[in-house]
Amino acid sequence: MIILKSPDEIERMAKACRIVAGTLRALEGVVRPGVSTREIEEFVEKMVVAKGAVPAFKGYRNYPSSICTSVNDQVVHGIPSSLVLKEGDIISIDLGVFLDGFYGDGAVTFPVGAISPLAERLIKVTKESLTLGIERAKLGNRISDISHAIQKHVEKHGFSVVRAFVGHGIGRLLHEEPQVPNFGDPGHGPRLKEGMTLAIEPMVNAGGYEISILEDGWTAVTADGSLSAHSEDTIAITRHGPRILTKTV
Amino acid sequence: MPKEENIEVQGTIVETLPNAMFRVELENGKVILAYVSGKMRMHFIKILPGDKVSVELSPYDLTKGRITYRFK
Repeated sequence: MIILKSPDEIERMAKACRIVAGTLRALEGVVRPGVSTREIEEFVEKMVVAKGAVPAFKGYRNYPSSICTSVNDQVVHGIPSSLVLKEGDIISIDLGVFLDGFYGDGAVTFPVGAISPLAERLIKVTKESLTLGIERAKLGNRISDISHAIQKHVEKHGFSVVRAFVGHGIGRLLHEEPQVPNFGDPGHGPRLKEGMTLAIEPMVNAGGYEISILEDGWTAVTADGSLSAHSEDTIAITRHGPRILTKTV
Repeated sequence: MPKEENIEVQGTIVETLPNAMFRVELENGKVILAYVSGKMRMHFIKILPGDKVSVELSPYDLTKGRITYRFK
């Protein structure tokens, strides 16, 4: 069942989402060659806890860390480790925060130092597809209108949309109904209603859309080894249009 | 953090259980417990043993599913 939130509850969610947004923005100054993904995790944990909130991922379905750090061909769910970032890498950082009974979820893909034109284009197209998807998130539309907008933009640029993972409703739980795929024909799925809160998260591969999971049981990588980028925002559907609670784009 | 997408498979109804629940044998041989989707109930679509159906499975519990379509 899709849970609708009252204006009050959306304000409470917005607080969690602001912490997500602020932390991701602060990471711009942290992500650089020589930094390890674990150091990034520690920075995030410190910042989130200092704001009185809790990183939402640790322990979720036994996920071992507070954030996901997915480098280059890693699509999502990369686990922070002693891996050191080097010039030319791209890293997508996914962060969830729990505050005052509600969750916020957001992700940004960062360049590490100077990156290739292809990598730059991949990150840009992923960000743009999120924006275009959110634009379709207004009353009267259906979920797959968002999905279709994302897919159309991504494929127009010769990239592919990951099928295996989807966006999702979010609120008192990190993952709620409905699922929000990043591909599909328009006009399908539940109608968007006021009070729906969704995490929209296109995952885009430079090559094909197939992915495989590594032996750690979590890290997803592109099957063909191509680069992958990820952008995510938590939004609320209002009668005046979509309201981006995490404002990372 | 993204969710894994639901998996859609086909199967055959093996047994009718109370409360619109069914035992379904999937194409891969596995037998699962499934319930009828609300949309099918709304349109009064009857399901009998032997019918071929589409089942939506959550990747987080592959033993339970949701029947979303009955084939002719």
